[in-house]
Amino acid sequence: MIKFLKRFYAVLILLFLYLPMITLVVLSFNSSKSRAKWGGFSFIWYRNLFHDSEIMKVLLTTLLVAFVSAVVACFIGTIAAIGMNKMKPFTRSALMGVTNIPMLNADIVTGISLMLLFLILKDKFGFRFGIVSILLSHITFNIPYVILSVMPRIKKMNPSNYEAALDLGATPVYAFFKVILPDIWPGVLSGFLMAFTMSLDDFIITYFTKGSGVDTLSTKIYAMVKKGVNPEMYALSTLIFVSVLILLILINTLPSGGKSKKAEK
Amino acid sequence: MKSNKFIKLLSAPYIVWAVGFIIIPLIMVFYYGLSNRDKQFTFEYVLSIAKPEHFKSLYLALLLALVSTIVCILLAYPLALILSGLKSKNEHLVVFIFILPMWMNFLLRTYAWMTLLENNGVINSILNFLHLPNIQIINTPAAIVFGMVYNFLPFMILPLYNSINKIDKNVLNAARDLGANYFQTLFRVIIPLSVPGIISGITMVFVPSLTTFVVSEMLGGGKILLIGNVIEQEFTQNSNWYQGSGLSIVLMLFIIISMVITNIYDKDGEGNTL
Repeated sequence: MIKFLKRFYAVLILLFLYLPMITLVVLSFNSSKSRAKWGGFSFIWYRNLFHDSEIMKVLLTTLLVAFVSAVVACFIGTIAAIGMNKMKPFTRSALMGVTNIPMLNADIVTGISLMLLFLILKDKFGFRFGIVSILLSHITFNIPYVILSVMPRIKKMNPSNYEAALDLGATPVYAFFKVILPDIWPGVLSGFLMAFTMSLDDFIITYFTKGSGVDTLSTKIYAMVKKGVNPEMYALSTLIFVSVLILLILINTLPSGGKSKKAEK
Repeated sequence: MKSNKFIKLLSAPYIVWAVGFIIIPLIMVFYYGLSNRDKQFTFEYVLSIAKPEHFKSLYLALLLALVSTIVCILLAYPLALILSGLKSKNEHLVVFIFILPMWMNFLLRTYAWMTLLENNGVINSILNFLHLPNIQIINTPAAIVFGMVYNFLPFMILPLYNSINKIDKNVLNAARDLGANYFQTLFRVIIPLSVPGIISGITMVFVPSLTTFVVSEMLGGGKILLIGNVIEQEFTQNSNWYQGSGLSIVLMLFIIISMVITNIYDKDGEGNTL
């Protein structure tokens, strides 16, 4: 009986969490444009989706931003974590404190602080809002995730390996690629996947830093909400959901993956 | 020691980046929040939180964030207990299932709730069909709380699950052996030992609930203004950076307070990394 109650409760919470997802998947097959009426099963929104150049462009922007920002964040974050490991404890914890700011601060404050920076750059140096400002912001909030997922790997690493490589005549750069990088690679990879998803899912920071004319999926959806969301978005999100599912299975099967997952805000 | 010097240099790009894109932008929020259009130093905009319309939005945001945090704890704690009782073989998969929803665009998920909760939406159609009374929740503070709980519940489940799972099973067995019943074990052993998880769950739900403007905009019908909505409107509609920054400083104060509380209880920071 208690076992049944436990199961029942878990299923109830699960239903609560998955109900909107089910709704979206069902609506993506609804031939009627209305959210309230079922017009019959159809693939029309999936077909239209691939002919909708506007949504395709937004999707491309979103994926491009996510990919580039994750790659750059991985590069900067990984080498930063390696360097931080050799710092004096005080400097290191000061830098870690700064690293925590974007993770703990409210997204809205991070968003407007970056927006203020870009507005000043626009005034003083003619900086233009657009894909570059989105990228800079995404890299900024992605680096901490990379650092946090690479750090445990570096701490576990044996420092003598690197020194031995140097003693045996390797240049520091050569030793970095041959000794350090292979050791911490799983951490880098899970940092990359995390950064990629964070970027894909972000709305608030993008909203404040995008300027007009450029949209990511999130900001596009937000703009649509008042007039009613185009059902092609349901189709797209169903497809994305399936891809993310596959992606997550990959993360979870990688060694050490999923360990350092700090949930997004 | 030459090698160490090279390695330390690797942090340089990040330090430059952090100064340029984390520290300077924050300084700018403080600069604008503490000055006016004539570039004079003033507390005017920070203190404007005392104006009735601002104070009301802050009060409402605090209240709704508090309520949704409490609801999240009440819903998530039994679940975390149930999950931690599972055999270790499935545990990864089960946790995975509860995190998965977080990876679908949260605007669309909230939009789906709009569809479900609307006065002639799906849930009411089903209730009609069963001849049950309708619910009228959309565009009320209750709907906002509902949306917050929905969006942030996984952030409560995960730290709770982690901290309960970390408890040494021998401690629980000892409590049982010494004659404690299930509820005594729960209230005297499990809950006190999971405090770090509770605390980090609280910050992870409370901060985003307090600062959101999206959930309130979508499920509140745009009529109910939380402090996040006020700040957003100052920037996007009124273009009053000074006012928006001033209120952001107030908001950060509350975030700092909740972080300080977290640090007191969660010294080793275990609960923060999921």
